[in-house]
Amino acid sequence: MTPITSPSASPGLLAKSSFQRFIDALMAGGYRVMGQRLCDGAVKWDDVRLVSDLPIGWRDAQEPGRYRLEPTDSGRFFEVVNGPESVKRFAFAPREPLLVIERSSKSFQATPTLPKGEKTALLGVRACDLAGLAVQDRVFLRDAYPDPYYRTRRADLFLVAVNCARALPTCFCASLNTGPKAQAGFDLALTELDDAFLIEAGSQAGRELMPRLPLAPAPEQFLAEAEAQAEACANSQTRRVETAQLPQALYDAHEHPRWDQVAARCLACGNCTMVCPTCFCHAVEDVPDLNGQRAEQARVWDSCFTQEHGYIHGKNIRPAVKDRYRMWLTHKLASWIDQFGTSGCVGCGRCITWCPVGIDLTEELPALLKKA
Amino acid sequence: MRQQQPAKTTKAVTRPRLGVFKFASCDGCQLSVLNLEDELVALGQALDIVYFPEASSAMKAGPYDIVLVEGSITTSEDARRILNVREQARTLITIGACATAGGIQALRNWADVEAFKRAVYPSPQYIDSLGASTPISEHVRVDYELWGCPIDKGQLLRLLIDLLAGVQPRLPTQSVCLECKRQGHVCVMVARGLPCLGPVTRTGCGAICPGMGRDCYGCFGPAEGPSAGPGLPPNTASLASRFHHDLQLIPVEVLRRFRGINGHAKPFKDESHAWEDA
Ligand code: SF4
Ligand code: SF4
Ligand code: SF4
Ligand code: SF4
Repeated sequence: MTPITSPSASPGLLAKSSFQRFIDALMAGGYRVMGQRLCDGAVKWDDVRLVSDLPIGWRDAQEPGRYRLEPTDSGRFFEVVNGPESVKRFAFAPREPLLVIERSSKSFQATPTLPKGEKTALLGVRACDLAGLAVQDRVFLRDAYPDPYYRTRRADLFLVAVNCARALPTCFCASLNTGPKAQAGFDLALTELDDAFLIEAGSQAGRELMPRLPLAPAPEQFLAEAEAQAEACANSQTRRVETAQLPQALYDAHEHPRWDQVAARCLACGNCTMVCPTCFCHAVEDVPDLNGQRAEQARVWDSCFTQEHGYIHGKNIRPAVKDRYRMWLTHKLASWIDQFGTSGCVGCGRCITWCPVGIDLTEELPALLKKA
Repeated sequence: MRQQQPAKTTKAVTRPRLGVFKFASCDGCQLSVLNLEDELVALGQALDIVYFPEASSAMKAGPYDIVLVEGSITTSEDARRILNVREQARTLITIGACATAGGIQALRNWADVEAFKRAVYPSPQYIDSLGASTPISEHVRVDYELWGCPIDKGQLLRLLIDLLAGVQPRLPTQSVCLECKRQGHVCVMVARGLPCLGPVTRTGCGAICPGMGRDCYGCFGPAEGPSAGPGLPPNTASLASRFHHDLQLIPVEVLRRFRGINGHAKPFKDESHAWEDA
C-alpha cells in the first residue's frame, strides 16, 4: 500500500485488521490512548492499548432513565455509542486543585497548581461530544481571561472522532446540527464500515499522523457508503429539539404550569448537569489545615440543582425544585443563546438516559411551548 | 441548626476543651475520630481533649468548648444526662446517624419494645428502656449535625478546623449523586436497576457504595432539609414511585428502603409511612 503523504483532506482507507497499528501509531506519537471500555454495565474512558480493549461485541440500549449493554454479532468496533461520560472531564476536571495558599510571617503566598500535562488521545469521540467541547471552549477560553487550568488540559488532547453509524433512541443531534457526522474540532475522524475505516485529518497534528498509518486511497464507493451511513443514522433519530422559536418562547413560558408537573418528578439530584457535556458550573472549596498555615483551593463540579448553588447573600434565589429545573432548562435551551451565541444543548441525550427518573427534555420543551 | 459563635483559638495557653460523650450507639463514630490517625497529634495540640472515655481514662469535668455527641436517646436516664451535657457545652455537635436521626435502633419506634424485652430478658422488669429512640435534637439544641453511619472523618476534621479558625462551618447538603458522578462511577440505578437512595441522600461519604457497585442505602440521611435549617425535603415520593413502578419493588420493599439507618429522619419517615397501606 502506498501511504498517503500529502496533507490533502481526502480520507484514507485503513483495513480493520490493521487497526492495532493505528493504536500503536498514537502511542508511538507519545499519547496515552484512551477509549470507551466496558465497566460496571456501561462504558467509561480508560486506557486502550489493544484492539481487544474496545467493547467489541456489545451495543448500548438507552431510554429515559435506563442503560443496558447487550451483545451483538455485528463485529463493529464502535457499536457502543456512548456512556455517562462525555469528554468534559478531560478538560474541565471534576476536581481541579487551583491554588496552595501558605502563610508567611506577615503575609501569605498563593501558588497556582496547574495540572501536569499528559498528551492524551481520546479514541471514539462522537460528534455531539466535539460540539460540547466547542461550547466549553467558548466558556473557558474566550475573551481576555482564558482559564489556565482548562487550557493546559485542553492543549494536551488529541481527538479521534468516530462518525456515528447508529443512533440511540435518546439521540437528537440531527435536529441541532451537531451530528451524527463530525464536522469540525477533531484531529482525526474515523468512519467505521464493515471491513475498513475511512480516516480523515482535521488538524495539523492529525495530518502529521496520517503518513504513519498503513492507508490506502479510499475508493469512491466507500465514500458514498460513509455518506449513506451518516444520513441513515440522522434519519433514524426519533427525538428532536425544535429551535425555531427559541430563545423567546421559553422565556414566555416562565409561568407555565408544566414546570410544576416536572418538578413533582425531579429529584434535584443534579445527574443531568453532571453528565451534560456543556454544563460548566463549579464551586470553589478551601481545604485548610489544622494550624491555619496552609490551605488548598480547588474547584469542583457543581450543579444548579443544589441548594447551595442558589444561595446568595442570606437568601436562596432558587428555593424550590421548580425554580431549579426551570433555571436549568431555560439556561440550556434559551439564555445560553443570548450568553454564548449557541445552544447549550448538543443533543447527546445523556441527561435523558442518566436521569434516575427518566425526565426527558425533548418531551418537556414541546409541552412548555404549548399554550397552557 | 442554630448557629452560634464558633470557639476561637487563643493560642496554646487556652486551647478549646473538647469532650466526647456517648449515648445509645455502637462507638463506630468515635472510632472515626480515632481513625484520624495522621491528624490526631495536631488535633491534640489544637484542642485540649479533656473528656473522651473511648480514648483515654482522663475524664475532666466541664464546661467544654466543643462537645461531640454520639448515640441516640433510648433511656430515661440518658434523657436526663443529655440535658446536663448540653449545659456544659458551648458548641454541641452530634456525630452520626444515631445522634442525628435516632439511628438503626429507631426501628423500635415502629415496634413493641415491651415485647422485645420479654422475649430477650428473663427479668424484663429491670430494663429501663424508652419506647422510642430519638435524636439529640429532640431533647436539646444542637449546633451542628454530622450525618453518616459512621461519619466521614474528613468531614469531622473540617468542621473542627472551621470552628478552631473561627469561621462559620459549611456542611454540604447536596445529593450523593453529584459526588458519584464526579468520581466517574456508573449509576447503579440506571445501568443495573438497583434502588439507589443516592438522589435523596446527602453527600459526605464520597459515594462509597455506588463505587463498590451497590446502591446507596441512605446512611447520610436525607439531602437538604431533613430536620432543621433551610432547604427542601428531598423528593422521596418521586424516587419511591420509580422504585415501585419501574424497578418493580413491592410496597413493603419500598417502605424498607426508607425505613433504615435514618428511618426516623422526617423525610424518610414520611415516605415509609406513605407505603404502609399501599
Ligand atoms: S442538555 Fe442533555 S441532551 Fe443536551 S447536551 Fe446536555 S446532556 Fe446532552
Ligand atoms: S432532571 Fe433528572 S437528573 Fe436532573 S436533577 Fe431532576 S431528577 Fe436529577
Ligand atoms: S448510583 Fe446512586 S448515587 Fe450514583 S448517580 Fe446513580 S442514583 Fe445517584
Ligand atoms: S453511599 Fe449511601 S449508604 Fe453508602 S456510605 Fe454513602 S451515604 Fe452511606
